[in-house]
Amino acid sequence: MVQASPKSQTKYDVIVVGSGAGGGMAAYQLAVNGLKVLVLEAGRSYDPVRETPMFKLPRQAPLLGAGTKHKPFGFYDATVDGGWEVPGEPYTNAPGTDFRWWRSRMLGGRTNHWGRISLRMGEYDFKPKTRDGLGADWPMTYDDMAPYYDRTEMLIGVYGGDDNLENTPGSPPGVLQPAPAPRATELLTKKHAAPLGIPVIPAHLAIMTQRQDADVLPKKIHPNNPLAQKVLAQSMRQRAACLWATPCGWGCSVKANFQSTTVLLPPAVMTGNVDIVPDAMVRELIVDASGKATGVHYIDKTTRTDRQVSARVVVLAASACESARIMLNSKSALFPNGVGNSSGLVGKYLMDTVGAGLGGQIPALENLPPHNTDGASGMHMYVPWWQYKEQLAGKLGFARGYHIEFGGGRGMPGPGMFNGLEAQTKGAYGKRFKEEARRYYGSFMYFDGRGEMIPNEDSYCEIDPDVVDQWGIPVLRFHWKWSEHETRQAAHMQKTFAEMITAMGGKVTGTVQTDGAKAIANGGQIIHEVGTCRMGTDPKTSVLNQYGQSWDVKNLFVADGSVFVSNADKNPTLSILALAWRTCDHIMAEMQRRNI
Amino acid sequence: MSDQTSDEQQPTAIDRREALKAIALAAASASIADGLTPSVADAQRPVQIQRAPGAPVPPKVGPRGTVTDPDLINPKSPWPRLLSAAELVTLTALCDTIIPADDRSPSASAVGAPAYINEYVSAPYDWAERALVRVRGGLGWLEVESERRFAKRFPALTAAQRGQICDDICYLPTAKKEFQAAARFFDQIRDLTSSAFYTSDAGMKDLQYIGNVPLAKWDGPPPHVLKHLGLA
Repeated sequence: MVQASPKSQTKYDVIVVGSGAGGGMAAYQLAVNGLKVLVLEAGRSYDPVRETPMFKLPRQAPLLGAGTKHKPFGFYDATVDGGWEVPGEPYTNAPGTDFRWWRSRMLGGRTNHWGRISLRMGEYDFKPKTRDGLGADWPMTYDDMAPYYDRTEMLIGVYGGDDNLENTPGSPPGVLQPAPAPRATELLTKKHAAPLGIPVIPAHLAIMTQRQDADVLPKKIHPNNPLAQKVLAQSMRQRAACLWATPCGWGCSVKANFQSTTVLLPPAVMTGNVDIVPDAMVRELIVDASGKATGVHYIDKTTRTDRQVSARVVVLAASACESARIMLNSKSALFPNGVGNSSGLVGKYLMDTVGAGLGGQIPALENLPPHNTDGASGMHMYVPWWQYKEQLAGKLGFARGYHIEFGGGRGMPGPGMFNGLEAQTKGAYGKRFKEEARRYYGSFMYFDGRGEMIPNEDSYCEIDPDVVDQWGIPVLRFHWKWSEHETRQAAHMQKTFAEMITAMGGKVTGTVQTDGAKAIANGGQIIHEVGTCRMGTDPKTSVLNQYGQSWDVKNLFVADGSVFVSNADKNPTLSILALAWRTCDHIMAEMQRRNI
Repeated sequence: MSDQTSDEQQPTAIDRREALKAIALAAASASIADGLTPSVADAQRPVQIQRAPGAPVPPKVGPRGTVTDPDLINPKSPWPRLLSAAELVTLTALCDTIIPADDRSPSASAVGAPAYINEYVSAPYDWAERALVRVRGGLGWLEVESERRFAKRFPALTAAQRGQICDDICYLPTAKKEFQAAARFFDQIRDLTSSAFYTSDAGMKDLQYIGNVPLAKWDGPPPHVLKHLGLA
């Protein structure tokens, strides 16, 4: 076995598996506190400064940049070797299940292409079972997490408003960046949603509307840590504010939005305490006779050789399902069901977000005077869940809420933009087609619901005993089932969107799907898969304690979406970042106490 | 109005060099505004990667040029094109019947719609195989129908003659039973033609798309837009 040790022959304190939201945050926090960190990334190295196709046009790309199975979110999407299929790395579904598992194989993982929506979980979200008797509670409260949300938002740069609504927490003054001015479509929606009792407020996205104050923020974020302050200030000075053009999903070469590769890994590497090894696919944890983790086995993808590295602590941040896969594949006499799995719950309680959408054509938006609607590429405003009281009173028929992402406007024309014109115009062609296109351009809007799924016994992943990937690693097999709480919620979304479109004087362009089971997106399709190694207060009913520490293996930590106990409608990345930070504080405290 | 306001920015076609210049300017002006030393060069520095000793040095950081890891800065569409020269002549005539030139913009073929449709039906995907059959079959049908009705090939028909055929196939829900297959073909060509046309520089200009330009600040919609919507 070849030992991957750095040139200085430093012994690593911590191995971090994965370099996305959780892994990037872990590498950064541990490194600025003086620990020697090795980051293993299963994909290739990636440099957003050189590789982001800023300002490219659809016409310059194959198939006008449309999505294919190789690039599901379009040619220019930042994802490398990813999507719902990864070459040479299959997964399987149990009969009756059609779960889609999105992965990417690149430095920074999915943070390079994500939607940047950064909503805090609220007070109810941490104690859902206490509130309505369903699912499970998190072992900590919102108040425990609030300081980590504050610091994470200051660190990565998040814009948002000053609203502080029920279970939709605001941030203290000075934490968020100013929200961008709303677009015309957003103001029109706000006006017509108000009489329906539907609030439209500034969204929170990890995009910088102004440069970060590199003289002030690092001291606030890292009091009494000169190294952290120095590297963070330097990193912040290398980031520009949003230039209000070109999609965030392609990456950002000026570092205006949050990507692990532009925000966390550069300052982590500046400390001199971090080594990153790309193309390193971890297959198994190594555990000694006393039950302690001593390191990991990984496949060097460039040579197809098995390697082994050791450290005092291992942090898994390979993504919810991949971290569970590594643990389940780490079998030994001590851990016959996989490392850290004495509860039998590794892989269980897999969740995604409930998704359903509807489009509308809004005559008021026809022939709108030309103006730039690009903005921050993502939404400037959104609808937070607004019916907590009706829901708790049992009036809705489903237990948890959803938020609404919506948009439209005179955006950059893409392939298929006028595919609906046949129906709108009863078959226009010729000069009339051009006139109709001018009239209808910018008048279509979409409404997407993103809702909470309650964890259930029938949704989980396990090792498929019959299939291995091209590296010889046993793959995951998925099981999936929505409950009526989710399907009814999806039907409610459809009804709500139709009401909003009608209130705006518009017409629904698709079909209002009243059967929630048909309206709901497949498991995994919203790419918010979480759970599989949930936190808790009891080793029998959870895999990790509230700090992401394995109940069974004290020097094994998980710092990605696996740790989630519930999956609120708040998109998970911000919480993954905040939780990973809290996990790192605990790792350092445990090391100081010589517990690990 | 001679000065540029936020609703009348330079549109669409910005080449990469201009874009990078703009990015550098944006970064530099932001630095100066903050009283900081501009450090665009620093911002261009990639994350340093360590290799394990004994591991081979990777060729270079960057795209490998595979289908799942293509070069996004220098895009390529490498697959061979399958439509024949004769088919492209018919297709060109049809594209220009769907999107002809008018006083605001050129025709679909003038901005390369037939070439895009050829790229589309020739692509190495299952859906393209199906589209190729539909498009080939539709083009063949169109020529037979032109000969049958007017004893001429479709490209040689007058605008009125083309219109007689297209009116029968332009709207699937009301097309007669014998024209259903042709109507599905026509709708697909209309979708592909409009995709090519409106993503071209001329098409974006026709729609008066204003965007994809770096801005120093974001102001939201101008007052006359809000007034138009009754939001002022």
